Amino acid sequence: MSRVTLLALQVLVAIVCIVLWQLLSTVPVFGKILLPPFFFSNPIDVFEQIVKWFVSGVIWKHLAITLWESILAFVIGSLSGVLVGFWFARQPLVAAVFDPYVKMANALPRVVLAPIFALWLGLGIWSKVALGVTLVFFIVFFNVYQGVKEVSRTVLDNGRMLGMSEGQLMRHVYWPSALSWMFSSLHTSVGFAVVGAVVGEYLGSAAGLGYLIQQAEGVFDVAGVFAGMFVLSAFVILIDFGVTLAERRLLVWRPTTSDGRG
Amino acid sequence: MTTPTAVALEDAKVAFRLGDGRVYTAVEKAHLAVAQGEFVAIVGPTGCGKSTLLNVAAGLLKPAAGSVKIFDRPLAGLNRDAGYLFQADALFPWKTALDNVAIGLEIKGTPRAEALPHAQKWLTSVGLVAFANRYPHMLSGGQRKRVALAQVLIRDPKILLMDEPFGPLDAQTRQVMGNLLLDLWNADRKAVLFVTHDLEEAIALADRVVIMSAGPSSRIIGDWRVTLPRPRDIFEVRMDKDFHALHREIWGVLKDEVMKGYAQSTHAAEAV
Repeated sequence: MSRVTLLALQVLVAIVCIVLWQLLSTVPVFGKILLPPFFFSNPIDVFEQIVKWFVSGVIWKHLAITLWESILAFVIGSLSGVLVGFWFARQPLVAAVFDPYVKMANALPRVVLAPIFALWLGLGIWSKVALGVTLVFFIVFFNVYQGVKEVSRTVLDNGRMLGMSEGQLMRHVYWPSALSWMFSSLHTSVGFAVVGAVVGEYLGSAAGLGYLIQQAEGVFDVAGVFAGMFVLSAFVILIDFGVTLAERRLLVWRPTTSDGRG
Repeated sequence: MTTPTAVALEDAKVAFRLGDGRVYTAVEKAHLAVAQGEFVAIVGPTGCGKSTLLNVAAGLLKPAAGSVKIFDRPLAGLNRDAGYLFQADALFPWKTALDNVAIGLEIKGTPRAEALPHAQKWLTSVGLVAFANRYPHMLSGGQRKRVALAQVLIRDPKILLMDEPFGPLDAQTRQVMGNLLLDLWNADRKAVLFVTHDLEEAIALADRVVIMSAGPSSRIIGDWRVTLPRPRDIFEVRMDKDFHALHREIWGVLKDEVMKGYAQSTHAAEAV
């Protein structure tokens, strides 16, 4: 299938959904409106709400806050994940001792931590960053741990036979291997950074996309809720696109990620 | 005139402790000397421990008994005089072909700016200069072996250890690689220890062919000198009648071991 046809079909799906939504929420079927406006609003109202946000400029502040929280959560979570992952992989004893606790912490649904973070760190951005960090950390940690442990035996032996010192092995073998595993989970970890930020905002904050949605919900403004959701989706797709670009540059040497389309 | 001995294994025994506590003896009392400038091939049936022996010479494995001497000095730790060509892919997948070759020098502390032109030269001599910026996964199996060869040779090791390096390649590529190896080797005649299961390849390349018995506890059971003239062309040398005579003679010994090795591996499978 050509790209154009594919794109056309993709757009068609959106149009059909929106038209159906508009019709079912405004035109009665057998004397009854199937999607009552109070619960479902309608596409035109939602669109108007989005336009209003952008025209008045209020949305930018919320977008910036959510973006900033996501970036902080991603950077802090990734850095600590890389460090701890490396440490555990190179020190099997440490890994063995902490293993049950790591599993326990990872099994905990992170949302329950949100109230505690709000209590400790207040309603500002840091309680959201903390929530995002707990999500991002484990993904990066597990990947880096795996990456360092699963360095090919032959490549390691080759490094040694070529005369690499421990430090050089670290730099030329362990480090790139671990990074490649981290990058391969980039989509997931960036996604979780955004989830942490938005859920945190939703549960208690004064700004951000999660706050916007929560406010609208509080006054039964369904159009506002949907509008917030659409802006959030677009925001995530844009970030994801950026990640794809970064990934394509960083992982050129890998056969699977960049070649698929070739 | 006596040429110094590059690699000397004296009564080397290699044993592994198995998971259930038993000790598996891979190689028993191996006695082998490779003179400087000599190309020695080790041939043996599958699982006879020929790669194990190579790893002992490399210092990657310690012998359970006996000694390893490199240029008459006992080997401690890794063999710093040796370059090792692995059977499996050993290139750094995150480095381009050029960087993979240059790293051989960079490890020694050569500045990158100085190492790169050298690497370029080596890529030219293995016929891959047009592929300098490719990553290993973009190269064919034969091309990867060429890069690996350049990566090892750029360090100018005194000894070359090769563990079935052309094993994964198809028959034609193997012959091309064999000729390339002979050409490069001819330039400065390093001591080479070349492990293979292919007797024809061994005779075509080497000055001496050493045969090992089937494992476990395999031993060196034969040592033939190959007197075919050099420089050789692998495609031509196979037609030579001396080649055929030698092949028939060695195969007479090797065949029994191959059958033994085969019988043991099927028995082992039944026991499990």
